[in-house]
Amino acid sequence: MEPILQVRDLTKVFKRKGQPDYTAVDHMNFDLMPGECLGIIGESGSGKTTVVNMITRLLDATEGTIVLDGKDITNLRGRDLRDVYRKMQMVFQTPTDSFDPRCRLGDGIGESLRNNGWSQSDTKNEVIKLLGKCGLDPEFADRYPHQVSGGQCQRAAIARALAIRPKLLICDEATSALDVTIQKEIIQLLSDLRNQHGEALSILFICHDIALVQQFCDRVLVMYKGKLVEQGVPDEVIKNPRDAYTMRLIDSIL
Amino acid sequence: MMNEPTVRIQKVRKDTVKIRLIIFAALAVILLVCSIFSDHLTPYDPYIQDLSNAKALPSAEHLFGTDQYGRDMLSRVIIGSRTSIYSTLILVAIITVIGTCIGIFCGWNGKWIDTVLMRISDVFLAFPGLVFALAVAGVLGGGLQNAIIALAAISWPKYARIARSQTLSLKETPFLKAARLSGSSTSKIIFKHILPNIVGPILVTSMLDIGTMMMELAGLSFLGLGAKPPTAEWGSMMSDTRGLMTTSPWITLSPGLAIFISVMIFNLLGDTIRDYVDPKSRRR
Amino acid sequence: MAEIIRYDRVDISYNGKTVVRDISFTVDEGEILGIVGESGSGKSTLIKAAMGLLGPTGMVTRGDIWYKGKNLADLSEKEIRKLNGPELGMIFQIAGSSFCPIRTVESQLYESMTEHEDITREEFRTKAAELLGKLGFDNADRILGSYPFELSGGMQQRVGIAAAMLLNPGVLMADEPTSALDVSVQKQVVEEMLLVRKTFGTSIILVTHNIGVIGAMADKVLVMKNGEMVEYGSTDQILNHPQETYTQTLMAAVPRLKR
Repeated sequence: MEPILQVRDLTKVFKRKGQPDYTAVDHMNFDLMPGECLGIIGESGSGKTTVVNMITRLLDATEGTIVLDGKDITNLRGRDLRDVYRKMQMVFQTPTDSFDPRCRLGDGIGESLRNNGWSQSDTKNEVIKLLGKCGLDPEFADRYPHQVSGGQCQRAAIARALAIRPKLLICDEATSALDVTIQKEIIQLLSDLRNQHGEALSILFICHDIALVQQFCDRVLVMYKGKLVEQGVPDEVIKNPRDAYTMRLIDSIL
Repeated sequence: MMNEPTVRIQKVRKDTVKIRLIIFAALAVILLVCSIFSDHLTPYDPYIQDLSNAKALPSAEHLFGTDQYGRDMLSRVIIGSRTSIYSTLILVAIITVIGTCIGIFCGWNGKWIDTVLMRISDVFLAFPGLVFALAVAGVLGGGLQNAIIALAAISWPKYARIARSQTLSLKETPFLKAARLSGSSTSKIIFKHILPNIVGPILVTSMLDIGTMMMELAGLSFLGLGAKPPTAEWGSMMSDTRGLMTTSPWITLSPGLAIFISVMIFNLLGDTIRDYVDPKSRRR
Repeated sequence: MAEIIRYDRVDISYNGKTVVRDISFTVDEGEILGIVGESGSGKSTLIKAAMGLLGPTGMVTRGDIWYKGKNLADLSEKEIRKLNGPELGMIFQIAGSSFCPIRTVESQLYESMTEHEDITREEFRTKAAELLGKLGFDNADRILGSYPFELSGGMQQRVGIAAAMLLNPGVLMADEPTSALDVSVQKQVVEEMLLVRKTFGTSIILVTHNIGVIGAMADKVLVMKNGEMVEYGSTDQILNHPQETYTQTLMAAVPRLKR
């Protein structure tokens, strides 16, 4: 089976005035298979967000290649890049900030559909379907982000990410800003979606909570100072960590 | 044994910002309506001279008195509001639009074009404003239109700076990243997501600038580089009559009072709008 | 054990809107009380009330907060400032932001100490070095001489705790002291606070949403929801045998590492 996402030697070096260059991500290599849920754990500054920003092409890579669904997307620009976003979507850490405060949730959810030539009425119907899929009533389409709770907003963000039926869903700390009871609901929603979509949906799950990754992911990558230090099945990695950093990390969990 | 807990009464403060907004907006509207219909509001013809009744003291007949040519001051102040207020509004509109466009362009594109435009704006910001306007107006020659051009030339950088920094910070927000991920084109992102979100602070700045610009425009007119007599304009009216300050102060003071009141109304309105848009800046 | 601070049927309101209702609890000397709840439950408001940090619109509208015979809810701002530091210490979520970035740690700690005590620079230095030593810092001089930004986030937090302990308060109020930290650093901060209690017998009121930190530190736990007390009991009882439905839901939602 072809991997949906192939990352080879991905590197990001930030050039800084008057200071030595900073290597945020150092030659990362990994594959994500169709239908798989891959977790990336690491502490702040480990480079996990930089990896995600490069994969989504919000940030240019210094070196390396990113292959999405068999196509090298590392250097795409303009229209070609916009086409890539039909296959890849993202859910952000802060749900309320991930919607334009001056637009209704429905507009945000339907934006990708409208950009891909859907009519206004088709988009509206689809948005309602998507909201339903994510456990929200149709009337949420007319609400503004500040009028809904964090959990509801994150559901809407998931609905937005799924609108264009991407093959890859990236969750960047998607539950970290939420209360634990809400976090549990969102994880439940994501699990349901995985069951529904099967191999049509792969998830890249960035998280700093190892226990959550253990619950939710098929495989986990451990990052430390920009490097991939360990990977494997979460239970394996947690029970028998091989890398010194992973050991320390797991040991410090209360 | 349980004794009753202490109960304390809390004073509840009402939020007055809405009331203030209504009051000041109403005052500003009154001012604008006055200047639109100034033709119909003047008790006398502001341009008819009556030398037999020159320099008359304020009275029931002539509320602000008359000037050295016997023209009714109240009528002149009212008719002058059209020139003063309208030219100010046009000026502020020009600098807001130009500055905002340049700022968004720079903030979004970055790279060398941003550096070039921002260095140019630095040059303008480095000069003392009115002195520079004086030079520009001097080169272009007098007249209200040239005064507006001169002030516009020195005032746009402030708006460009605000729009640029707002655009830069918006660029990093998750919702703009989400907009990019939804495949929106650059122009759509700018008009649908950036512009509506920076309009607030820019509008506040322009409201607060109305007062300043009114003063500077009047200042240029006072120095003879703005409106030319006999056109009634507050700044030039004050300038024309400044020699009479000691003998007939009302002639100079009435347009001065008009400037003072209008500047204050627009400043207070600007302040209130800022409080309304951004509750964090509310003074306690 | 003697009680040190007691909340008696406390209501707290902001601008006429009651956000915390009818909270009563007691903290004994040397005891650690954990206050847990989700965002908006009013848990931080509770300790702000004792510290006089409710701001101009907030007020304890009913009930009393007793500390050593004084009712904190009735004290003037000036009186409460006098207690803040020597009697009631505070640890913030990000200690780094409570330091001034352009002055050394030493000069800032010295200044805050002279607010409450007459002490020379020399005496202060000896005292500070001794305290940092007791709290397990092996390089006290380097820490005192450095600027806040030269210390890592976890180190800043630990220094923040040490700073609060310089005046040896009876009660330490900690508002989400570990929430901004990575897990590996979080553990150090928790150990630091436990060492404070062991060394000085300080009582700690710990406000956090992190059940792991509560489990590692607290003797008793108060669970809050929407400004009301849901459950109050020993840590073992709340974490392992919760009685109330909400507490049960909360505990079940916490992801636990299976190792």
